[in-house]
Amino acid sequence: MENLSRRRFLKISAATFGASAIGHFPVGCGFGESGGPATGNVEKFATFCEMCGWFCGAIAHVRDDKLWKIEGNPLDPGCRGRLCPRGTAGVGAHYDPDRLQAPLIRVGERGDLRWKVATWDEAFNYIADKMKGIAAKHGPESIALWNHGSGGRFIYHVMRAYGCNNMVMPSYAQCRGARDVGYKLTYGTEIGSPEITDIANTKCLVLIGSHLGENMHNTQVQEFAQAVENKATIIVVDPRYSVAASKAKYWLPIKPGTDMALLLAWMNVLITEGLYDKEFVAEYGHGFDQFAASIAENTPEWAAAETDIPAETIRATAREIAAFRPATLVHPGRRANWNGDDTQRSRANALLNALLGNWGRKGGFFLRSSMRVANYPFPAYPPAVKPPVDNPDGRWPFAHKPVANGLRDATISGKPYPIKAWVVYACNVALTMPNPPETREAADKLDLLVVIDTHPSDTAGYADVVLPDTTYLERHDDFYLGSGRQGWATLRQPVVAPPANQRPAWWMAKQLSRRLGVAEYMPFEDMDEYLAKRCELSGIDYDEFREKGIVMGPKQPITIEEGASISFDTPSKKVEFYSDQLAEAGFDPVPKYTPPDDAPAGYYRLITGRAPMHSFSRSQTNPLLQGLMDQNEVWVNADTAATLNLENGEYVVLKNQDGVASSRVRVKATQGIRPDTVYLVHGFGHKNPMLKGAYLNGASTSYLNTSYKTDPLMGATSLHTNFITFEKEA
Amino acid sequence: MPRFGMVIDTKKCVGCMDCVVACQTENDVPQGFAKDWLVTEVTGTFPDLSMEIRSERCHQCDNPPCVYVCPTGASHIEDWGKTVQITEDKCIGCKACLAACPYGARFTHPDGYADKCTFCIHRVKEDLDPACVSVCPTHCMHFGDLDDAESPVNKLLNSRESHVVLPEAGTKPRVHYLK
Amino acid sequence: MSPVEITTSRLNQHVDPVLTVWAWEIPVYLFVGGLIAGMMIIAGLNMLRLAKGERSEDFNSVQSPILGFLLLNIGMVALFLDLSYKLHVYRLFMAFKPLSPMSWGSWILILVYPVLISSSLIRLPQAWPWLGERIPIVQRLSEALTTRTRVIKILGYANVVLGICLGIYTGILLSTMVARPLWNSAILGPLFLVSGLSTAAAAIHLVSSITPGSPSPSGFLGGALAALVQPLGANPPGPGTQNSLVRADQIFLSVELVLIGLLLVGLLSGSASQVAAVDILMSGKYAVLLWAGVIALGILTPLLLQALQLSDRIRHTIIPAILVLAGGLALRWVVVGAGHASRMVAAGGM
Repeated sequence: MENLSRRRFLKISAATFGASAIGHFPVGCGFGESGGPATGNVEKFATFCEMCGWFCGAIAHVRDDKLWKIEGNPLDPGCRGRLCPRGTAGVGAHYDPDRLQAPLIRVGERGDLRWKVATWDEAFNYIADKMKGIAAKHGPESIALWNHGSGGRFIYHVMRAYGCNNMVMPSYAQCRGARDVGYKLTYGTEIGSPEITDIANTKCLVLIGSHLGENMHNTQVQEFAQAVENKATIIVVDPRYSVAASKAKYWLPIKPGTDMALLLAWMNVLITEGLYDKEFVAEYGHGFDQFAASIAENTPEWAAAETDIPAETIRATAREIAAFRPATLVHPGRRANWNGDDTQRSRANALLNALLGNWGRKGGFFLRSSMRVANYPFPAYPPAVKPPVDNPDGRWPFAHKPVANGLRDATISGKPYPIKAWVVYACNVALTMPNPPETREAADKLDLLVVIDTHPSDTAGYADVVLPDTTYLERHDDFYLGSGRQGWATLRQPVVAPPANQRPAWWMAKQLSRRLGVAEYMPFEDMDEYLAKRCELSGIDYDEFREKGIVMGPKQPITIEEGASISFDTPSKKVEFYSDQLAEAGFDPVPKYTPPDDAPAGYYRLITGRAPMHSFSRSQTNPLLQGLMDQNEVWVNADTAATLNLENGEYVVLKNQDGVASSRVRVKATQGIRPDTVYLVHGFGHKNPMLKGAYLNGASTSYLNTSYKTDPLMGATSLHTNFITFEKEA
Repeated sequence: MPRFGMVIDTKKCVGCMDCVVACQTENDVPQGFAKDWLVTEVTGTFPDLSMEIRSERCHQCDNPPCVYVCPTGASHIEDWGKTVQITEDKCIGCKACLAACPYGARFTHPDGYADKCTFCIHRVKEDLDPACVSVCPTHCMHFGDLDDAESPVNKLLNSRESHVVLPEAGTKPRVHYLK
Repeated sequence: MSPVEITTSRLNQHVDPVLTVWAWEIPVYLFVGGLIAGMMIIAGLNMLRLAKGERSEDFNSVQSPILGFLLLNIGMVALFLDLSYKLHVYRLFMAFKPLSPMSWGSWILILVYPVLISSSLIRLPQAWPWLGERIPIVQRLSEALTTRTRVIKILGYANVVLGICLGIYTGILLSTMVARPLWNSAILGPLFLVSGLSTAAAAIHLVSSITPGSPSPSGFLGGALAALVQPLGANPPGPGTQNSLVRADQIFLSVELVLIGLLLVGLLSGSASQVAAVDILMSGKYAVLLWAGVIALGILTPLLLQALQLSDRIRHTIIPAILVLAGGLALRWVVVGAGHASRMVAAGGM
């Protein structure tokens, strides 16, 4: 890679100002010249992927100035040279025909999709005027940010500089927050991302509600395959016959919502049969006796009635789990918000691991190792005047990060103070949050809704201003600092020029900073200058970094076997089998089982998950990924389908217990799911017709999630508390 | 002289279809077509089930009917590697090879000629694995010389039970699936 | 046996979910090819009689090659239209692939052309007097042929041999494809040959019945039109020849019926894939066309009508001939379409 190329891209992106034609790829044709193996002048650029939040190191190949293919960076510990299907399909993100192309300003009513194509100046002036007006009247705290993804880093920065302090990421309360809080309450630390799970070396892997392989977090899937190859015992608890279940020695098709009962029963067996790690518990456990007494009644026989898993199977699997400790790993999961009591379930999961003594052990949890890169010397943010609105008066006392649904609630209620503007960066709030009509209701309270995205998402559909973002292949971003077995840093640099009038978010932030009078917070000319400065301050050779794409941090011991020592940052400084802080706050100090609601007659419980070829609701129009999966299907047990007269492949409409109907969705009649449960992959069923390639393809899980529960400890919203019935298409 | 083949571990495969995407970008496969694809077979009755996931492609048969039916010699076996290849320029688009392949591995390229997986022979000549093999996050695919007793593919084949797809077609396919 | 759910991600156009690589062009070509083959055999046999000095130069011998030549062009156009890489068609004739029936076929067709043209010359000046008058060489060539029995004999043999090759190859072309179990039967070659003969007999009967016996108009336009519309017009066959054609057709149709039966029986006693393939004929979307179109209307009905005609219980009409021709086309349509849709299934219920 030469300097020349990089400069050329900067020049190109500067020159495409005002250009509006999108570079369509040839009709009926792939992404390059037809036929035969590739020929042409190929240049390679190191960058990192953002098809999901795993941020794998990638090498993009450009052939004759056109993006050709993307491979994994062999130096990157996240991908080890191999990207997942989404990463490989990053090419399609650049060529996606449904991308936003120019700034849009709403001219009709909110949501009626009438727009004026604006210049960037017009768009920024409009936004800045509105923001200044709102700040003058209500204070800058009334301007909130929804954020997900690298590009939002400087939008966040400029808004903080302006005095905003309601900044949320739905990836907390709508995904892994409950898990992290459950572990934090138990071990004093969260599992984080990437997870500190030593799957590669485990001898027994328990997946409970985690469908690795379909959930395509690269390193974990690679290690899962290693575990399979190592002939590790795999136990999968899932109402659905997942890919992971097909690799398992035991597949336990549990009744949805009863996972806590199984976890308690497993622990009951470990304790009553004396199979747990007594030394670990004695040295590091807090409140074990109270805990053991509390779960004495949770026998396998008791759990069998709740979970539909035979008591003997529960015993056999418990013994199997214990046999390999400490190299047994009960995976904490990731998207952990199922039933509304998920923090407590995560605590049970954490405690089961604690009984195995696998903290800081090979084949269990390793200790996170990270690297530091010096920050850019920014001026300090102004102190916040008003506290954030998302969690007033500690409504969810154990939420340690902002709760996105709390912000939505506050926007609707206007309490404790009104929220008048949302800036939404790269997260499709409409389909991310449960029950989209509530999000729409909140949006109706706003004076300004700015959506910055690559695509006309459902959320963009009801924006006031839509700003077309570049894809990760067309821009610089801040470094990604990876952590895990060893820390590392990756950098992102533009590979190709944006196809139309899209601009990178850092540039948008800089434009906005000038208009908001906080230009001193964006003092650098471009990202090159910013990144070079951070490298200079950290003693990193920027040129070499750009060439290789990766800088590794120091290697440290990460397991007790390697000489690391463990400690726990809980109030008791121990692993809390009994949690005093939960007791004080009026919650169960030891996890307790609550049976799930029963399905109304004729209804089936809806559970959701992911497919390896899509990321949330943002990849559906990527032509490569669309080719792999263009719609979701509703999984129905084949016998159930026969009873209901549903044909495999037929289209139906799903209607939930509150009468909300989905868009049409194809039936997948299969033996691979419980007869009382149906399954949908999340991310489909887009309702913004501007997203032509995905409009109404499949059913949205979010729209059906009207009866969600909120975790009383930290505010996570549940995904699996709805029931649906089938309606034949009219 | 090598005789290339693939050995795919169905136990490790998670069916993510990275192989499919990698092929599409590497080989500029036209939109709407696939040179490799995924087959999933679920057998049994709830809850006693088993699943096999196979990444499939042209099986590079030792006894290739597509080559035999070709009237022009466009479909042929290359000497080096013994792979079945198509000389685009010789193809007339009669589609006999499409009909003759029991695996449906071929299709008509929008430009008119018959097209299919080449085992990424252009990469193999540069000592690289085919694109599908090289990207697989689970490392479930292995490429190599089936005539070399010491090659990793042969060692795998000898160490595990395996099968090929539609052996009854008599085509002697060279993509093997480890059970 | 446990239920098996098989899903595939592949959705290649014309390959999935079932093969549809060949549209109308190929059944039409196979039908026309069979028809030409049958006509060549009939004409060839009559030429041999002619060479022996028997009086057999009327319609079905020496004039049908003109019709055959016209039909051949239609078949070739259909074949060409089917090719998806048309400009490369010349590649067919830059190689001979002994294992490829299609390669055999293309070379057979190349040989058929001169044989048909030469055979046509025997009667061309009579069928199209204008041509003979304007281009004397045609006249001279025709005279040279008709006066040399050895040449007629050679042409007769060439017609018969190439006709058999052409007739059988259209079936062999399909039957070599192991991947299509419905085609995978040695019966297909003889079946297409006999079906070709039956349609040929019917075609000659039909054309000779509907063309007036009067001399063709001459002149540039008139002559050309006559050549197209009534290539056999100059010498309509007598009722005796007509009846002999009908009787031949009865034999061909009967044999065809037996061969279809054998085909089905053979498949049903074959591999699992072949048994599954028969299902497409028995109950699939081609069942109606096979049973009603090919067998009832294309074979049984004409057999009955022909029998009644021969025993003078009903008037002679062209209806049986039309039915036989339609049945012949339907047979190709069914075999190509259903064969496409048939595919190998794994043995043992995997």
